[in-house]
Amino acid sequence: MKNWWKIVTVLLLVFTVVAGFLSEVPRLAILNETIRNLYFHVPMWFGMILILLVSVVYSVKYLRQPTIKNDIIAHEAAKVGILFGVLGIVTGMEWARFTWGEYWSNDPKQNGAAIGLLIYFAYLVLRSSFAEQQQRARISAVYNIFAFAALIPLLFILPRLTDSLHPGNGGNPGFNAYDLDSRLRLVFYPAVLGWTLLGIWIVNIKSRLEILRQRLYEIA
Amino acid sequence: MLLKEILFLMRKDFLLEMRQKYAFNGMLLYVGSTVFVCYLSFGLRSNVLTVPVWNAVLWIILLFTSVNAIAKSFVQENRGRLLYFYSIVSPQGVILSKILYNSCLMLVLALICFVFYAFVLGNPVQDVPMFLLTILLGAIGFSTSLTMISGIAAKAANNGTLMAVLSFPVIVPMLLMLIKMSKNALDGLDRSASLDELLTILAINMIVVTVSYILFPYLWRS
Repeated sequence: MKNWWKIVTVLLLVFTVVAGFLSEVPRLAILNETIRNLYFHVPMWFGMILILLVSVVYSVKYLRQPTIKNDIIAHEAAKVGILFGVLGIVTGMEWARFTWGEYWSNDPKQNGAAIGLLIYFAYLVLRSSFAEQQQRARISAVYNIFAFAALIPLLFILPRLTDSLHPGNGGNPGFNAYDLDSRLRLVFYPAVLGWTLLGIWIVNIKSRLEILRQRLYEIA
Repeated sequence: MLLKEILFLMRKDFLLEMRQKYAFNGMLLYVGSTVFVCYLSFGLRSNVLTVPVWNAVLWIILLFTSVNAIAKSFVQENRGRLLYFYSIVSPQGVILSKILYNSCLMLVLALICFVFYAFVLGNPVQDVPMFLLTILLGAIGFSTSLTMISGIAAKAANNGTLMAVLSFPVIVPMLLMLIKMSKNALDGLDRSASLDELLTILAINMIVVTVSYILFPYLWRS
């Protein structure tokens, strides 16, 4: 059973969706039923950070050992990370519309996420501006690592210095204080794991496809 | 050994600048005309220029000045000279000397910009030493991040656009901190209020310099 983790992913996601929409949730003012978005919005960010970390790890590996495989995985992981980031922003905006009143309320974490996405769009633009494969791979690996180092303070340090509407910032209590009770945890942790595994699965398939395509070019 | 290399390379950069002068004078003119354009657009209706606007415009001018000044730092080296350096100095020496040189350049430009800007558009700053410290940090911060980016952009085909696209997202966290810090200095708040920002900027600078130091050899190889 080599692919057991794929079965686990499917089971976890089915559980997340079913339990996420049907299970009991705490009744809280303002949040009401939108608290179910916790199972979809928050795991996107966990997934994005982890998959971007995979991308950076493969960029480092590329610099240490320049193989086409490392470059392809770094690229595909960055693209899937962007996908998760966009989904995270969209679900977050939807949530913000019903709880904070506006799609975009100039929250430092929202701005940070938007800037983070800009960094990775710039990564894609940078990649497309090289014709030669090796040079493209090396220089975009350098930028990827550099950008990730700049992203960390943006997402994890700056929001803690300013007031944010997100939980855990600017005097708002964090998840653990009161609102993440055991019923939520029961679905939340499987959701994080499931979405992240799904992202890794996508990266896996896409990079295998891309490697095959490269091999086809070499033969043809 | 590394220190000697850095000093040598910095001396070379300063000498080149002294002989050619066109880069520095060009940037000076850039700063001057931008500030003057701001004066013309705001000066007629002086009540528009509130303190936050004054602050934001100053930092936008500084940001664009540094992007333009630092974008040149790798493009101006021709192929032959780069090959020559490649054989005699280490890449770490090159990136550190460029960062230091750009910091000096930006410091001079930023101070001139601030003096001229304050002279033309009025000076609402209440805590001038703190504000100067912010400008010092800003000049160093912009140079550290932008030097590496300009090295990356110089390798690509359309490096003018790429420089802006790559650098703005990376520099935004620093810019936000700087604007907040300088706002505190403008309002003459207690200096301890800016301590958090100051430490964060220093930390970001450290991260950026370290990452540049580690990554530049890979960039240099091509």
